[in-house]
Amino acid sequence: MTDQAVAGETGTGREVGRSRLRKEDARLITGQTTWTDNIQVAGMLHLAVLRSPMAHARITRVDVAPALERPGVLAAFSGADLAEGLGSLPCAWPVTEDIVLPDHPPIAVEEVRYAGDPVAVVVARDRYAAADALEAIEVDYDPLPPVLDLEDALAEGAPLVHSDKGTNRCYTWPLATGESFAAVRERAEVTIKRRYHQQRLIPSAMEPRAVVVTPLAASGEYTMYSATQIPHILRIMLATVTGIPEHKLRVIAPDVGGGFGSKLQVYGEEVLALAVARRLGRPVKWTESRSEGHLATHHGRGMIQDIEVAATREGRLLGLKVDLLADMGAYLMLVTPGIPILGAFMYPAIYKMDSYEFTCTGVFTTRTPTDAYRGAGRPEATFAIERIMDELAAELGLDPVELRRRNWIRHEEFPYTTIAGLTYDSGDYEAATAKALALFGYDGLRAEQRERAERGDPVRLGIGVSTFTEMCGLAPSRVLRDLRYGAGGWEAASIRMLPTGKVEVVTGTSPHGQGHETCWSQIAADVLGVPFEDVEVLHGDTRSSPQGMDTYGSRSLAVGGEAVHRAATTVVDKARKVAAHLLEASEQDLEFREGVFSVKGSPEARRSIQEIAFEAFTNHDLPDGVEPSINAEHVVDPENFSFPHGTHLCAVEVDTETGRTWIRSYVCVDDVGHVVNPMIVEGQVHGGLAQGIAQALYEEAVYDDEGNLVSGSMADYLVPSAADLPEFVTDRTETPASSNALGVKGVGEAGTIASTPAVVNAVVDALRPLGVTDVRMPCTPERVWRAVREATA
Amino acid sequence: MTHIKVNVDGTIYEDDVEPRLLLVHYLRDRLGLTGTPIGCDTSNCGACTVDLDGATAKSCSVLAVQADGCAVTTVQGLAKDGEWTPLQRAFHEQHGLQCGYCTPGMIMAARDLLRENPHPTAEEVRGALEGNLCRCTGYQNIVRAVLAAAGQQDGSGTQAQAPSGQQVTEEATA
Amino acid sequence: MIPPAFEYARPESVEEAVRLLGEAGDEAKVLAGGQSLLALLRLRLAFPELVVDVGRIPGLRGVREEGGTLVIGALTTHHEVIHDPLVRRHAGLLAQATATVADPAVRHRGTLGGSLAHADPAGDLPAIVLALDGELVAVGPGGRRTVPAREFFVGYLQSALAPEELLVEVRLPKADGWGFHYEKFHRVAQSWAIVGVAALVRRENGHIAEARVGLTNMGATPLRAAAAEAALAGADGPQAVARAARSAAEGAQPGRDASASPDYRAHLAEVLTERAVLTAAGMG
Repeated sequence: MTDQAVAGETGTGREVGRSRLRKEDARLITGQTTWTDNIQVAGMLHLAVLRSPMAHARITRVDVAPALERPGVLAAFSGADLAEGLGSLPCAWPVTEDIVLPDHPPIAVEEVRYAGDPVAVVVARDRYAAADALEAIEVDYDPLPPVLDLEDALAEGAPLVHSDKGTNRCYTWPLATGESFAAVRERAEVTIKRRYHQQRLIPSAMEPRAVVVTPLAASGEYTMYSATQIPHILRIMLATVTGIPEHKLRVIAPDVGGGFGSKLQVYGEEVLALAVARRLGRPVKWTESRSEGHLATHHGRGMIQDIEVAATREGRLLGLKVDLLADMGAYLMLVTPGIPILGAFMYPAIYKMDSYEFTCTGVFTTRTPTDAYRGAGRPEATFAIERIMDELAAELGLDPVELRRRNWIRHEEFPYTTIAGLTYDSGDYEAATAKALALFGYDGLRAEQRERAERGDPVRLGIGVSTFTEMCGLAPSRVLRDLRYGAGGWEAASIRMLPTGKVEVVTGTSPHGQGHETCWSQIAADVLGVPFEDVEVLHGDTRSSPQGMDTYGSRSLAVGGEAVHRAATTVVDKARKVAAHLLEASEQDLEFREGVFSVKGSPEARRSIQEIAFEAFTNHDLPDGVEPSINAEHVVDPENFSFPHGTHLCAVEVDTETGRTWIRSYVCVDDVGHVVNPMIVEGQVHGGLAQGIAQALYEEAVYDDEGNLVSGSMADYLVPSAADLPEFVTDRTETPASSNALGVKGVGEAGTIASTPAVVNAVVDALRPLGVTDVRMPCTPERVWRAVREATA
Repeated sequence: MTHIKVNVDGTIYEDDVEPRLLLVHYLRDRLGLTGTPIGCDTSNCGACTVDLDGATAKSCSVLAVQADGCAVTTVQGLAKDGEWTPLQRAFHEQHGLQCGYCTPGMIMAARDLLRENPHPTAEEVRGALEGNLCRCTGYQNIVRAVLAAAGQQDGSGTQAQAPSGQQVTEEATA
Repeated sequence: MIPPAFEYARPESVEEAVRLLGEAGDEAKVLAGGQSLLALLRLRLAFPELVVDVGRIPGLRGVREEGGTLVIGALTTHHEVIHDPLVRRHAGLLAQATATVADPAVRHRGTLGGSLAHADPAGDLPAIVLALDGELVAVGPGGRRTVPAREFFVGYLQSALAPEELLVEVRLPKADGWGFHYEKFHRVAQSWAIVGVAALVRRENGHIAEARVGLTNMGATPLRAAAAEAALAGADGPQAVARAARSAAEGAQPGRDASASPDYRAHLAEVLTERAVLTAAGMG
């Protein structure tokens, strides 16, 4: 880790760029954290949810009465009992005008559409009594055919997930830019077409979801604690679904144990807890078990990708055509339809070409709904293009790095508007790739690979390359409007200068592991010139932080951090007026350095910004017409996305006799622009790599032919442990973003995006001499073994 | 109901409990010791790992009645008089946590390892943590933290201090 | 996550445990370390009326020698087995395989007897005890009886123990002079074996005089690869071992699950048998 300060525009440079240890840690390593499930309130009741054991069925009877006989049970409700007064769960991203938007009741009333769909709830004195009472509820189902295969679902006469809609097609979203693909295919010397499968993934944040609602019946006010990434959005949506006025709702995200997109959601259980608390006038808690979460917390990925490239013999890309089928699952949740659309702009990746055609068709199935999972559309896009680039390299007999070099945007070409219409502001793919190749020892590994293949070693060496870029810093609101997204992409921050000189930074971002308390403190401390320790960051409570768009999509630093920076800058500007008055100098004659205003040429005349905060508090001697406050707030709407990029290299060893694959070395060089805290950036990359590698090798939500989730617990869904992952070599290059003053790009998703194709490319590279051209993810030992067997048969 | 007497983090508790009550629910719901979280229902994640009579146990996989007469140490009982243990310190200094949900279990599992093997290799650390899942860190800094704490145990590193008063100079070392 | 309600008893002697089990009939479950039973209870896959906690019965924990036999108390934990000097000296295969069971915390609580009585064919230890030609000693109302491992595992999660019987010890003939190796093939560190192969090899004059091969997760019960064992006798080098290993899955009926299909399991059994035997024989 380096300890280089970023001076200049970002303030004094004492803080930004330093690997500050985290403020968050003290409570986390001593067990003093407030997870939602830790919250106990006097009179609190426990909610438990009975879920459909079938993928698709008509509910013919629900009898909750026997549950009421059980000890400790206060209430039990069927879907019909709760339907009145509850609207449909929201979908905020209807991507096309003619999108099919099915009704999505928080609890099923007439029909269940995935295994895990809620059908009844009980409320009891403790969680044990609630769990027992669930078993007493009687439900009769009339089975309906499951809808599982994406292509079959679109066929004429297929059984329907939503029979009232007449189709399983949710939407078709097209994009075509540049020349027609048919035209470039005509003049291309090489075309390659492949089908790739993005398996469904279960996000598996370590903290299961939980919600606590405390009602204040007398005034009709409700406070919800939820393990959510989006307290602000949740509050708005809960108001619309339940009819409780927004100003009577307070939503708090206490410490949240990871999200990765899975807590970027408005969940039925949140609505149900609120509805039950309202009905009973009692505090209510619901906490999911892990196995329940596998059914009820949204899944990620789930796509079939048909991708075709057209190129010249020399390896110049001419065009790209992508047709996606995206598994929506049974219902559209908050941003379900938009996830593949976030990927639509990323298929051309870092490459120049003349033609790009894309369509995505969203398909309903009788499975758990899909929605955002780390990277959200962008990892899928990067996977498909980076996989097919390797296939093209093989076809042309080119080194995969060389093929990429022939097509990527050169550093002197920035800003560059891509075929997909995005303007990449900065980047240096050459520099990142050169650094990665050197760290990796690329040539040596290639030599060893050849040697082992020649020797006929049953354990083959494979080398995988993946470059990537992504669109982060979500997002310019006008772009979101054009994409039919239901909200803006701004972020808010305010700075409260307390009378004693301490500082409260109020942010609209809602961290759940990212370290915003530390990084926002660094940013504010630098601009204000106050000690890092004097800054406190407040977040995740709609009462203390009333305005925010929350945390997802690697947006927090580029948008929310920028808002902190600007608010702090305004504080300094306001303080300068006061200082000028107190020091009897003109503002132009003042210097501001390390938190102190002084008069140029007479350094003894000084006032610190912390002293000025006290002057503003007393208001005894402020200039006329100046309000007694140097506090400031700022709402930032980004002018452009930010575009982190990087080059990842992976070496795997593949035992061709058993199919077992293990990672021998992994090197990545990421460019996330300027860095506020190198230690935290490195940690984000590590975690992203683990999740991306897990998609490549381990994880899959498997369903059986009836639509039951086979990987229904952590025993069956293989989240890798420390023993299953390698040591990573990470490094950075730094080309600053131009779209924000900090020059930052975002890092939360980077590792996830490039690692999956790097690993799979390495597996295929190991086996290519045997005739293998693809292995479906996850590359399980059996799949690898079968691929080898089929290729060598 | 069964009567139990358990020493948790140095305090003796006596309670009548249902035999089916899991130790982790006893700690969290009855004693209010919520420092030990629950991450799964299949013994896979290890978030709920505690020390039970000198060896780690997943407290979701132990009945409270089985802990009768035993001594339980949770993450909340590690620091003495506000002074963090070398492991707690190392997790902080090596950025061995992000969301922190797995951290109590990781620290308890690592503590168990270092008791048996004070100088583990990185590979031994990874093996010893096979029953503890983390979704944030990719484990790299957790392994670093355990190795760093191992270095501190025999006096080759500085003794951990209480967090207060230390943060002025807190910074990760390269 | 929440077990169903049950009555609880903590007997202080084997006799009392057996009496309690006898009174409850089929409705009782024995709790030792709890690392298998609690998992079933938490997911509500078992609904016992009575849980008999035998964990504190004295005399059921520890390892001793009786002539050529190693006697391991049923309550001996995995952790104790792994580190026990007698086990390491006379039944190294058991120590090696036990170190691959689950994770350290589970190994602190889980017991050898519990793992065997649970009779999970995907568990590592049943095939080990089978390969070691072990015997299991149960106490019931009628007294003690000894069941050879070959007769103990009768079906999926089904042992030869009667409901009122308690497994008290495991007897293993000392495998002094035998080479051994356990090849566990699993997808992540803490997942069950897709297939595991336990090999014990006795060599004479440079060739394999006798081999025993136990198979994990190759059917409803742990198995001995009888055909491979026969074919291995006399094998004088890697090629002969490879040939013999091709019959490792003969007669096995491995199942299908999310991790593997039957023909892949059969293939793995062959490859892993070859590797395990070569390592055990020092030919690898």
